[in-house]
Amino acid sequence: MTEHYDDHIMGKAYDGQMMRRLLGYLRPYGRHVALAIVLIILISALKIIGPYLTKIAIDRYIAAADLAGLGKLGLIYLAILVALFGLEYLQTFLLNSIGQRVMYDLRMQIFSHTQKLDVAYFDRTPVGRMMTRITSDVDALNELFTSGVVTIFGDIVNLSGIILALFLMNYRLAGLVFSVLPLIILVTLIFKIKVRENYRQVRKLIARMNSFLQESITGMMVIQIFGREPRKFQHFESINKDHLDANLQAILYYALFYPGIELLSAVSIGLVIWYGGGQVVLGAMTLGALVAFLQYSERFFQPISDLTEKYNILQTAMASAERIFTLLDTPSAIATPAEPISPAQAKGAIEFHRVWFAYKDENWVLRDISFAVKEGERLAIVGATGSGKTTLINLLTRFYDVPRGEILVDGINIKQMDLYDLRRRFSVVLQDVFLFSGTVESNIRLYDENITLEQVREAASLVHLDRFIDRLPKGYEEEVRERGSSFSVGEKQLLSFARALAFDPRILILDEATSSVDTETEILIQDAIQQLMKGRTSIVIAHRLSTIQDADRIIVLHKGTIRETGTHQELLAQRGIYHRLYQLQYKEQYGRRPHVTNVPSVE
Amino acid sequence: MFKTYSLYRLLPYLQRYRFKLFYGAACLLVTNVFALAQPWILKKVIDSLSLEITTEKLLFYSGLVVGFSFAEGLFRFLMRRILIGVSRYIEYDLRNDFFAHMEKLSLSFFHRMKTGDLMSRSTNDLGAVRMVLGPGIMYSMNTLVISTVATILLFSISWRLTLIALLPLVFVSICVKKFGEEIHKRFDKIQEQYAEISAKAQENLSGIRVVKAYAREESEIRSFETLNRLYVQKALALVRVSGAFHPLLGLLLGFSSVALLWIGGRQVIEHRMTLGDMVAFMGYLAMLIWPTIALGWVVNIFQRGAASMSRMLRIWDTVPEIRDGDDLAPVDRISGEIEFCHLTFSYEPGQAPALKDINLQIPQGATLAIVGKTGAGKSTLVNLILRIYDPPPGALLVDGVPVERIPLAVLRSHIGYVPQETFLFSDTVKENMAFGVAQGDPQEVERVAKVADIYDDVMSFPNHFDTLVGERGITLSGGQKQRTAIARALLTDPRILILDDALSSVDTYTEEKILRGLSAVMRQRTTILISHRISTVKRADHIIVLDEGRIVEQGRHEDLLTLGGLYAELNKKQLLEEELAEF
Repeated sequence: MTEHYDDHIMGKAYDGQMMRRLLGYLRPYGRHVALAIVLIILISALKIIGPYLTKIAIDRYIAAADLAGLGKLGLIYLAILVALFGLEYLQTFLLNSIGQRVMYDLRMQIFSHTQKLDVAYFDRTPVGRMMTRITSDVDALNELFTSGVVTIFGDIVNLSGIILALFLMNYRLAGLVFSVLPLIILVTLIFKIKVRENYRQVRKLIARMNSFLQESITGMMVIQIFGREPRKFQHFESINKDHLDANLQAILYYALFYPGIELLSAVSIGLVIWYGGGQVVLGAMTLGALVAFLQYSERFFQPISDLTEKYNILQTAMASAERIFTLLDTPSAIATPAEPISPAQAKGAIEFHRVWFAYKDENWVLRDISFAVKEGERLAIVGATGSGKTTLINLLTRFYDVPRGEILVDGINIKQMDLYDLRRRFSVVLQDVFLFSGTVESNIRLYDENITLEQVREAASLVHLDRFIDRLPKGYEEEVRERGSSFSVGEKQLLSFARALAFDPRILILDEATSSVDTETEILIQDAIQQLMKGRTSIVIAHRLSTIQDADRIIVLHKGTIRETGTHQELLAQRGIYHRLYQLQYKEQYGRRPHVTNVPSVE
Repeated sequence: MFKTYSLYRLLPYLQRYRFKLFYGAACLLVTNVFALAQPWILKKVIDSLSLEITTEKLLFYSGLVVGFSFAEGLFRFLMRRILIGVSRYIEYDLRNDFFAHMEKLSLSFFHRMKTGDLMSRSTNDLGAVRMVLGPGIMYSMNTLVISTVATILLFSISWRLTLIALLPLVFVSICVKKFGEEIHKRFDKIQEQYAEISAKAQENLSGIRVVKAYAREESEIRSFETLNRLYVQKALALVRVSGAFHPLLGLLLGFSSVALLWIGGRQVIEHRMTLGDMVAFMGYLAMLIWPTIALGWVVNIFQRGAASMSRMLRIWDTVPEIRDGDDLAPVDRISGEIEFCHLTFSYEPGQAPALKDINLQIPQGATLAIVGKTGAGKSTLVNLILRIYDPPPGALLVDGVPVERIPLAVLRSHIGYVPQETFLFSDTVKENMAFGVAQGDPQEVERVAKVADIYDDVMSFPNHFDTLVGERGITLSGGQKQRTAIARALLTDPRILILDDALSSVDTYTEEKILRGLSAVMRQRTTILISHRISTVKRADHIIVLDEGRIVEQGRHEDLLTLGGLYAELNKKQLLEEELAEF
């Protein structure tokens, strides 16, 4: 809903290169497009035949009192009407289904592309902006395909058909009538330009009003506490007033335009009566032709108006296309190399070798980090907030590439490995558990068909999630909505553990959540972590006393460097950073260490 | 036919513009008189062409057509301006009133309602109501006038032909109504599916780190594809109906023309009707097309408008919970003495109390500090002073008067509040700082900016105090936001200053500086400091430690340290943190 201001680039209405690229999306449906064009030409031709039939009816049959002929003509007209109905329906459906298919293709292409983009791109691009590409920008292109590219043929045929018919009936009168045509075009063009400007102004004001409203609603506490209601109201009123004025302006344009067009067609009718009437009296023109002239005179306007509208559609579409193509042309900095190397054995050994990393420029978050984790080893990382713990994990899973140094998994530099292959070796449990809408089951196996329901259940049972699931009315099929708002913090954590376990990784990466849970759940979580680490290499950013006590080795990160390494007891004895961190973060948990035997058995 | 009772609430608004509405209706009538006369002129022309006619006569008729058209255009212009204009004026009034009403509602209301819901009431629903007031009313009148007069004229030409030719038009109205409903229904389904696609994409893009960590890109693409395909199906389901709509209208209207050709032609041949009659007939028939379409459309407009209006009324009829009572004390100044008398408070009746038996007296000009864990009730305590929630009657006194008896505006205007979560408006730095005062004197703004230690930061911004903050401007850091909020509170020159964890995002060095600057300001006013940091609170006149809604420790810094309780523990931890930073 909130549109970004930089998303309002209004570029040129036509860009050949971009148009060619856009039309490329129509290529798979080429035959349908061709058929749609044929249909629309046919329809436009049939549509302008009505007044001509009237002429024939008057001149040939009514004048000659030929009832049978009149009946036949009526039948022809009826046949045309029925045919028009069928053709028009077919054409609309055809055009829309082409449009929808192209939209489908585009959406798939954009979405698939976003999946390939690197995490750094997501860091700097608001989700809302990417959403706009998939939603409203694609819609703008739909407009181009359904009411732009193809229908233009219909309007041209329509207008030229009318012109031709009039010339055939009486070229002198036709010439006279056409004298209002330039005026109609001029008035329409002016109107469209004015209305477009006004429309943009109104959109802008609506956007401003909406963001003002949104801000006022979210900031209502501050407004009320500072007693700012009257002045916020005044401000709102002034935007509202601008909006009113802009709309009144629009009303003015419309109120002027339609009567104006009617007046112009009245002028052409006047011309038909005056000159045409004279011609009829002189016998130079039939009465039927006169009536047909009268009817055609009122039909100029529609195709002209439609044609001028195309400019708007084109301009909006070009702006959207530009934004979409910019996204599609953004390469991913992190991708699988052309010839990936797969480690001979999937053991789960990790090595950081003199790794440096900065998110921006030279603001090093990690400096010269070296350590190795052996197969099956349990490594705990501790450190104060901002010491670089999470970054370490982000590098290991190649969310970011290291500019200096290298990271090896099972002896191979991770940059040389297949990206999916690399990531499948890990199960990552992040602090904020992210649940997708779907079911409990789908959140555990994340739609991976290689994971059987049995495995899902087994994983859930090992991490003690099953006792929660059993309480849910629909069990594993229970719906998960809005990021799992109906689940408690503890349940969400256990669910993410089950997810990690179901993928049965060689390496477990766990960023322990700091949020506190009740004692019973805490006991379950601690036991679940034990289950998770069993038989695999693990790296844990520890927030639990039990985790650091059980670790084979602890690394103390401080301001981006490794300052201390050792076991819990060794590090405590050093009386350095760890000793203080311990007192600060972990000591209170003393005495809450559960005994695994205390875990209530599964009833 | 449909429930329009909610629309009655619009009557007072319409009442306000009754003269305009009357003129608009008059213009509508005149417009249609001129419009309806035109086919009659054509009839005259055609009929006279079969006889002898002079060029002058022809010129007269053509002049008449143009003249009538001009007159018609003039009144149509006035009609549109007046009638549609009124709907915009009423929309403007409604929107203002709606906003003013929202401003009165209590904060608990805003916690209860989703912002998105409130937004859609004030945008989409208001728009639907506007449609009733503008096109709804105008086309109802228009349809009524044209259909009545044109039908009478048609009958006067040939009643039999009229009956037959009007038959398809009846179906047109029904068609528009039925199709309109069906299209709306199917359109809603598309919108739902569209929302699902958006939700899916939004969720995926927000959770991209999990998706990537588990290498689930392929399955995510597949599940997006499923939704996308469903969308195409639903969109085409709409086209299947909506695509038939216009061709069907064309067909039905065409039936009228065929009937006219057949029966009218026959009557002309049999001299029961002139050719001019037939042409006029065609003209009137054409004039009836739009009103018959509009009829079905208007019914739908009224239905949707009524539904929207009743949704808006649900908010409109919400009575503000926190407001001035009938029993107000004549207070217009506050000096700043605060007293809690055995105050126990819970957010919802029956819920566990958030504050239990609070007894506390803060003399005027004193500084009270509150420490405690998250959820201990610290913010609740100050929220009650501000009357964001109502305390039990008589339990909380300011200057010896129960807060609920002090006029809300007086109470709040004497309190300077720096909330825990800083909310700034997308406006200039200066406007944000001067938020609580009528006129932001530049020198005053600069002075408080210096006290809040934000002055140097502001001077480094591109446009100094005129720099826009927020989405359209620069992004302030958490600490800069907090310091701006402090300046904002100071500028109101409050008698009571409340800082709710307002220095959490600034480093200890800056904090020290701000506190030093504030000390002069604080000396003259009652100050309440909520903080996690001992360094912030240690100089306070009185410190209370809240735990699970109760005051568990209180006294001065030194007293609390010797007590060796929660406060002393907190102090120890912070010393450790400071040591860590030294490493």
